[in-house]
Order: sequence, then C-alpha cells, then structure tokens
Amino acid sequence: MTPVSAVDPSLAMQAIGLSKHYGHVVAMEGADFELARGEILAVVGDNGAGKSTLIKALAGALIPDFGQVYLDGESVRFSSPLDARLAGIETVYQELAVASQLDIAQNMFLGREMRKPGVLGSILRQLDKKRMRQQAAEQMHNLGIRVQSIRQAVATLSGGQRQAVAVARAAAWGRKVVILDEPTASLGVRETHQVLDLIRRVREHDISVVLISHSMPEVFAIADRIHIHRLGRRAAIVSPKTTVMSDVVAVMTGALPSDAVVSASLAAG
Amino acid sequence: MTTAPQPDSNEAAVAAAAPYASLQPPTLSLVTYPIVGPLLALIAIFVVFSLTTSTFMNAGNMSLIAQQSVVIGTLALGQTLIILVAGIDLADGAIMVLGTVVAGSIASHGDVALAMALGFVTCIVVTAINGLVIARFRLPPFIATLGMFTIVAAAARLYSQSRSFPVTSDLLTVLGSGPEFGTVTVTYGTMVWIALTLVLGYALNETAWGVRVYAIGNSPIAARLNGINVTRVVFSVYALAGVFYAFAAWQAVGRTPIADPSGYQIANLDSITAVVIGGTSLFGGRGGVAGTFIGTLIVVALKNGLTQAGIDSLYQQIATGALVMLAVGADQYLRRGHRA
Repeated sequence: MTPVSAVDPSLAMQAIGLSKHYGHVVAMEGADFELARGEILAVVGDNGAGKSTLIKALAGALIPDFGQVYLDGESVRFSSPLDARLAGIETVYQELAVASQLDIAQNMFLGREMRKPGVLGSILRQLDKKRMRQQAAEQMHNLGIRVQSIRQAVATLSGGQRQAVAVARAAAWGRKVVILDEPTASLGVRETHQVLDLIRRVREHDISVVLISHSMPEVFAIADRIHIHRLGRRAAIVSPKTTVMSDVVAVMTGALPSDAVVSASLAAG
Repeated sequence: MTTAPQPDSNEAAVAAAAPYASLQPPTLSLVTYPIVGPLLALIAIFVVFSLTTSTFMNAGNMSLIAQQSVVIGTLALGQTLIILVAGIDLADGAIMVLGTVVAGSIASHGDVALAMALGFVTCIVVTAINGLVIARFRLPPFIATLGMFTIVAAAARLYSQSRSFPVTSDLLTVLGSGPEFGTVTVTYGTMVWIALTLVLGYALNETAWGVRVYAIGNSPIAARLNGINVTRVVFSVYALAGVFYAFAAWQAVGRTPIADPSGYQIANLDSITAVVIGGTSLFGGRGGVAGTFIGTLIVVALKNGLTQAGIDSLYQQIATGALVMLAVGADQYLRRGHRA
C-alpha cells in the first residue's frame, strides 16, 4: 500500500492506513493517527465507529491486517500488549485495573516487582518493598496525588483515587505514551476533575496522552487536539480552539462532512 | 468509601494534616490486619478453658494440642493458598489419604525410600491435575475438586482393596516423635508444621509470586491486564498445595502409624474451617498463613478444651460450625464496609 501521508519523526506516535477486517465486517479501514509529543489527544466517535479497534491496534492488543504504526518515526510492530508496554506505551483500560486488597505501592509495581540486590533477591527472591514504596510515593507526589499512606489498600480509596493510582501507574511506566480508555466514565463530578487535573500533570512530564472519551465538555476542557473517528477511519482532526462542540458532534455523526471543519493535522503530506 | 463532595477548604485541611503520600504506617484496621480477630478468639479460648478446667493449661496438654493440630494444620496451608486465589479444594483430605495408602502399601513390601517418594509424587500429581483443569480449562474449583474428591476416595479403596496398612518404618513415622523436655514431647511434626508455615508465609509476603497470588484472588482481570500470567500462577498454586498435602500425609502416618483408606473423611471440611476461622476470605485475595495457623489452633484447642470440660463431641461440632459462620459473617461485613 502506498501511504497517503508521510512519516513525521517529530510525532510521538503515528499510524498510517490501518485496516482490520473480521470476515465481511470492516472494523477499521485506512485509519490514520497522529499524536504529537507532550500533547493530550482526545479520540471521539460514535458507538461502533471503531475507536476501540484503533486503540487496541496502537496498544498491541490487536494486530492490524494492513498499515503501519510508528513510534518516534520508527516503524514498530506489536504482537502483544507486552510489546507495546516494553516500547513505552501504557494503557489504562476501562475496567479499573487495580487489585483492591493490595496497597498502592504493590499495585504500582504489580507484574514488575523489584527484588532486593544480592543473594536475597536472586536466590531467596525477596522483594525490595522499601524501594518500591519510596518510588511509588515519589511518583504519587510528583503527580500531586494525595493519599494518607502508600501502604493503604486500594479498597480504602475513593473511586477517583483508585483511578488516579491506575493513571499514575501508567504514567510511571509509560515512557512515551499513555492511553486512557474512558478514565472518568464511572466517576462523580469532583473525582472527574481530579483525574483530569492528573492527566494534565502527566502531560507536563512530557508524556503524550491519548484520551478516549464520550464526554464532550471533558474533551474540550482538556484536549490539545481532537481526533474524530467515524466509520473505521479518522474523519477529521481538529483543535478545540478553532472548532465548536456542535461541529465536532456533527462530524462524528456524519451530519457534517469532514472537510467542513478546519484541520489541525500536524503531519506533512 | 466517601462519595459526598466536600468543600475545598476541608480538602486543604486534610492535605495539611497528612503530607503527600507519606510513608507513615496505615491505621490499624481489621482489613489490613485480618489476624487480629482470630488471635483474640484464640486467647479467649485459652482463658476460658484455663479458668474452667484444671487440665487444659499445662505443658503436656499444649504439646497434645500441637500434635492434634499438625495434620489439619499442614493440610490447611495448602488449602489457604488455593482459597487465596478464590478457589477451594474439597479433595485435599482424600488426596492426603491416597498418599498415605500409596506410601503405606509400598512400605509394607520393604522399600521405604520409594514409598516416601511415591507418596509425595501421588499427592503433588493429583493436586496438579486439579490445577490443570481449573487454571487451564476453567472448571469451577468447587466442582472440579468435588469430582476429584470422589475419584480419589474411591481410588484409594480400590488400590488398597479397602485394607489398611500398618506403618512401621522409622522414616515414615518420624514426624510423630521428637525430643522430650521433661515430660513434654515436642514432635518433629510440630516443628515441620511451624517451618512450613514460615516458608509459605515468606513466599506469600516477600516474593513477587506471593503478591501475584493475592492480586489474582482480588481480581483476575486486573492481574491479567498488568501482564500477569494468571493461568500459570493458579496452576503453580495448586501444584504447590499438593506439596503441602504430601507433608500432611507424612504427618498423618507419624501421628497414627496406619495408612487407612477410610480415614480423615472430613479432613477437607476441617481444613477449610481452619482457613476460614483464621480470617482468610473465601472470595480470595485476603488472609494468609498466620491466620490459618491460628485458625487451626482455634479449632483444635476448642475441641480439646470442650473434651477436658467433659462436653459431648456433638456439641464440639456445633461450636465449630458456629465459629465458621461467625468468621464468614465477619468477612462479609468487612467486605461490604470497605468496598465501593
């Protein structure tokens, strides 16, 4: 396939011409994607537009039939979510992916535990709890998340704090990109604000954020750019500064053609 | 969980009082310290029987309680592991009995080392099969182990042709003996039970594997999303439980030097009782071996004390049953109180 747009190495992440078919069902057809360094990119789309297919392809949870994904301008091919994580892409899925009886530090390092140096670690396989707690506390502090103690069981936290732990964990491990799948869907107003503030602070740490959301006010409050997904591909990419909310919804639903809005695309070509 | 919105001034006050993500220890609560309840119950049992009977509180009876605890206590260690990943094992007692019968029958032909080895292998392999069907083929643990319980109980009788084997080997019965301190014997079995509890406690609390066991018990989905191989860890839990059942079989022939295929028929329920009374949640993810150690002592000390007080053994069963319901009720209460 000939790419319609060129690879731009200044982008944190880029995808060109992603397609995925399930038999006759087209989940994704020539979808492009571009994420600038240190930006919050909102991905919006109607139910069934193929947002999650796109996100899964970026997060390594699905292998596209066609198309290419680029990380810092380098072509990458993820065959599992682990590949994507190793490349510096972390995903927070909609289900709260925390173990409620474990404490914050344990959750932060779940699946990536640190062992003590020397014989204690190599033969007795003893965990370095102190170091993990220190680093978890630092991470929480850097992101301005207030908790009583890093040794608190996650079950004792509020829904917003729990989601904050999940986001903080993603930010701690995602060196380049953090993908958030509707992180505020189950939260109240105050908690939603806390998580949105947290997402802004993640951006301040030079991590690019992809935010899938159904809430237009949320998207307009936080996003630098908005990727509108429709019928398995990117219909438009717009700036919340130059495009009004009603136009975004109109493009999302097909009431307005995609060329009726001002493009905020960064990639050359 | 707090859901009510609070004014910002309040939040600021809280922030001033508690510094950002401080490393201070958490507040003492039954959620973080689930063994506090069982420990108080055990102390209460000791106090009550010390006051009401003259024979309960002496070194000889303490040694007896320890000896009465080792078989169920060792079995309950394996059961704890399985319950921590939200499983249950109804076959543990039957597997242990099969182990004793295999070892006892082979030993009766003279080869003690082989008897010992095959006894261990039997327990581990059968429990690992449970692990395979539960972890890999996703059978509900209750049903899978209920089936295994029936199969193994029948297999033990078929294998032994319903005979029991007296065990005379020193190696196989060694756990029933031990050094004497005056009139009191501390058996090697008691030492092994304590050592196994410490080793498993270490594995659960100090290694990544242990953290993952708890994580899976909490939420298998969250564990999987964090890159944990849930199938492999759950299988390892069952296979390791089999090792504890093998030790329990060894304890059993040390305690009563006879391999009887119709022995220990309710050991499965006794082991679950010890685990649950020890504060480990049947829903998985909470509890541990310290609680199970105490839970075993509660069950045994209660029976022992009621016997000393001359109370009918049927009342002992009623008391144990009531304790189980109390323990499960407390667990439910704690869950409801601290969950979203």
